[in-house]
Amino acid sequence: MILDGKCPTGPIEQTWDKHRFDLKLVNPANKRKYNVIVVGTGLAGGAAAASLGELGYNVQAFCYQDSPRRAHSIAAQGGINAAKAYPNDGDSIYRLFYDTIKGGDFRAREADVWRLAQVSNNIIDQCVAQGIPFARDYAGYLDNRSFGGAQVSRTFYARGQTGQQLLLGAYSALSRQIKAGTVKMYNRREMLDLVVVDGVARGITVRNLVTGALESYAADAVCLCTGGYVNVFYLSTNAMGCSVTANWKAHKKGALFANPCYTQIHPTCIPQAGDYQSKLTLMSESLRNDGRCWAPKKKGDTRPPNQIPEEDRDYYLERKYPSFGNLAPRDIASRAAKEQCDEGRGVGPGGRGVYLDFADSIKRLSEDTIRERYGNLFEMYEKITDENAYKSPMRIYPAPHYSMGGLWVDYNLMSNVPGLFVLGEANFSVHGANRLGASALMQGLADGYFVIPYTIGGYLATVKPGQVKEDHAEFKKSMEDVNKDVNKLLSINGKRTVTDFMRELGTMMWENCGMARTKESLEANIKKIPALREEFWKNVKVSGSGADLNQQLENAGRTADFLEFGELLCRDALHRNESCGGHFRSEYQYDDGEAKRDDVNYCYVGAWEFKGVGVEPELHKEPLKFENVHLAVRSYK
Amino acid sequence: MSDHKTMTLTLIVWRQKNASDPGKFETYTAKNITEHHSFLEMLDCVNEDLILEGREPIVFDHDCREGICGMCSQVINGAPHGGQVRTTVCQLHMRKFKDGDTIYIEPWRARAFPIIKDLIVDRSALDTIIQAGGYTSCHTGGVADGNAILIPKPVADEAMDAAECIGCGACVAGCPNGAAMLFTGAKVSQLALLPQGKTEAAARVTAMTKAMAECGFGNCTNHYECQAACPKGINVKFIARMNREFLKAQFA
Repeated sequence: MILDGKCPTGPIEQTWDKHRFDLKLVNPANKRKYNVIVVGTGLAGGAAAASLGELGYNVQAFCYQDSPRRAHSIAAQGGINAAKAYPNDGDSIYRLFYDTIKGGDFRAREADVWRLAQVSNNIIDQCVAQGIPFARDYAGYLDNRSFGGAQVSRTFYARGQTGQQLLLGAYSALSRQIKAGTVKMYNRREMLDLVVVDGVARGITVRNLVTGALESYAADAVCLCTGGYVNVFYLSTNAMGCSVTANWKAHKKGALFANPCYTQIHPTCIPQAGDYQSKLTLMSESLRNDGRCWAPKKKGDTRPPNQIPEEDRDYYLERKYPSFGNLAPRDIASRAAKEQCDEGRGVGPGGRGVYLDFADSIKRLSEDTIRERYGNLFEMYEKITDENAYKSPMRIYPAPHYSMGGLWVDYNLMSNVPGLFVLGEANFSVHGANRLGASALMQGLADGYFVIPYTIGGYLATVKPGQVKEDHAEFKKSMEDVNKDVNKLLSINGKRTVTDFMRELGTMMWENCGMARTKESLEANIKKIPALREEFWKNVKVSGSGADLNQQLENAGRTADFLEFGELLCRDALHRNESCGGHFRSEYQYDDGEAKRDDVNYCYVGAWEFKGVGVEPELHKEPLKFENVHLAVRSYK
Repeated sequence: MSDHKTMTLTLIVWRQKNASDPGKFETYTAKNITEHHSFLEMLDCVNEDLILEGREPIVFDHDCREGICGMCSQVINGAPHGGQVRTTVCQLHMRKFKDGDTIYIEPWRARAFPIIKDLIVDRSALDTIIQAGGYTSCHTGGVADGNAILIPKPVADEAMDAAECIGCGACVAGCPNGAAMLFTGAKVSQLALLPQGKTEAAARVTAMTKAMAECGFGNCTNHYECQAACPKGINVKFIARMNREFLKAQFA
């Protein structure tokens, strides 16, 4: 099947405006007749639930945490991009659009990216109106800094806690709607199934994580705002509860999964310290505004960093990418760090680390300035490593951070299952094969505040409200299926813990499908994952009851889904015989080690259709057309 | 990775099946713990052992494990989050303890935070306070340009100091009165400081303090335990500002 993204045509600058006019409307008095489910309350979900509630729809919002304010968007540190061009440095909507397309290695849709760049400015205005205390200069104007993959300063920030402030803004808007009664909030609920009736999304089945009860919720549309899946690598910068579960359940009910092999490995994270470790911690990309990445020139140089003289240091990003220097995009910076370590020039335990050095900036700007800009990050670094990064450089290493792939959606953010919308990181739409820094916050809020309020109306205007209720046979069947899975997990009583299985899967994914992949490594995984999955269903140990708060059971369900999803990720990576963005196939590179794209054969979105567990999925393609940006070799030299 | 000396610790942990169970302390041993383990990773190790022994693991709230989501919530040796300066439980590392230590672990204890199970409490009362008025009533879209209203840097900075609150509830757990004054004061102050929030300041402080009392939180008697417990170092001056805003609102 050739997929149609239903992108508007005509001059790109007019596409979104024209499309908004063409969309059907639901009149204010009719809006309250429609029920909309929003799953997840991060930037995309929180903003969507608040905006849809405000428009008058009847919204039910769900999150697995104890409060909508805790979604992992909160951990985003550095900032949010917008094409305001306040610094007068040559930025424009067109440039943000171009940088994002190029940053994504020409694997995203032009129209979607244009819209993102266009509404980016509205987001900043919205956030300021909500009382988000963005950084300002002494004249009282909004301040900007730079992020990777751009030569302009377009990133707005709130110290090192931009994600937190934006999420709390969305949460406050959501709280206002909860108070107003337009949104009903369900905390500590995990979505365990999508209910599809006659091919149309009609609701969800959730588990109440406190009582263990399964609950059905029907609606006229379902919005998944359930984030990304890089916890498939076990160790990542994601929160412990982040999983592919909601997306995977939707995939099993017919939603296509697009480009799962596009995973982002963030270059600057604190290196792993031991086998017991449960997660990795990011050090914001913004640090590369003032920090310089280097590794010793000599192999096995064990001198303390301060005793390695300038001539023995390799500032490898500045050497390899002089025009972008330390602000090279993430995929490129990560591979460069790996390259240093693979050559035996890595530092710290196991030689898996490079330095991020602030000495020059401290000399130039003073320690106080650096503290004001990044104080909380230095503090976090010290808590974890017990090292003072003002005195000696940080040690960093790449870690899984974000997923560009996700459920396939059309221009309206609707999946191929009518009534199922997917927003934010959970969809595949705008980042192509690599996301630029400070663009995740932009996308989450764009989808939630400024896209879905329009596009969902276009869908709802064509359907009669309340056609299916919770007493429908499909809801009962869904609940029975979920119940069966829960009971199965509890009855196995094997010998290995859930964490043990997840760690094994994660190691396999990281080693064979991480920063570099080959045909052989991927084929090995495709063989090993089904065996591990089989063992899981025979030998996992989950104690306790299903009718109780049971964190092992929650993790077991998420791990079971990762054990299915991991295989799809590897299959997608295997089929894509090219290197692009975060997907680096060692067989496809130029002599200088840069990614070698194949536009003749792979300039498409690869969207997979579920055919059964352990059955080869079917690939559908959506060809990508570039009418405004010239398909070129992506260079940051 | 294996070259670190390991510690053995005795944990005395609050176990409670559900809200109506009286609950009790139980003793566990944590073995092979290195200084690089975070406190929660230490508990993960204990739980792995418990699972393999067929015993119920200790449940506790946690998510981001990088000190920002506000989910983790444990009183360690009598101090919320373990008593280190500006540190959440998830950012507390075992290098702060030594081999042979005995560690007491309890949930947040406050009238407004009923215990759900073991170390997990219900903090929805904090959401209720925000729902009462912790926002500006702007609509999505149709707002002014971000630079239309200038905000002096010191004002924006002070608002940011207040806005850093992660809503964990340590201030409540640390307060002898179980008050949520620091939590509420931080949000009231953030929005009262900024021009965008000023128009609704009086209504906001009135509604939020009312919600605070209705949720069963106590009052402030200036112990400052909240500030000491706060993992983000929120200053008690924001309580004073809230009181000022409250007084102003009475005459508005």
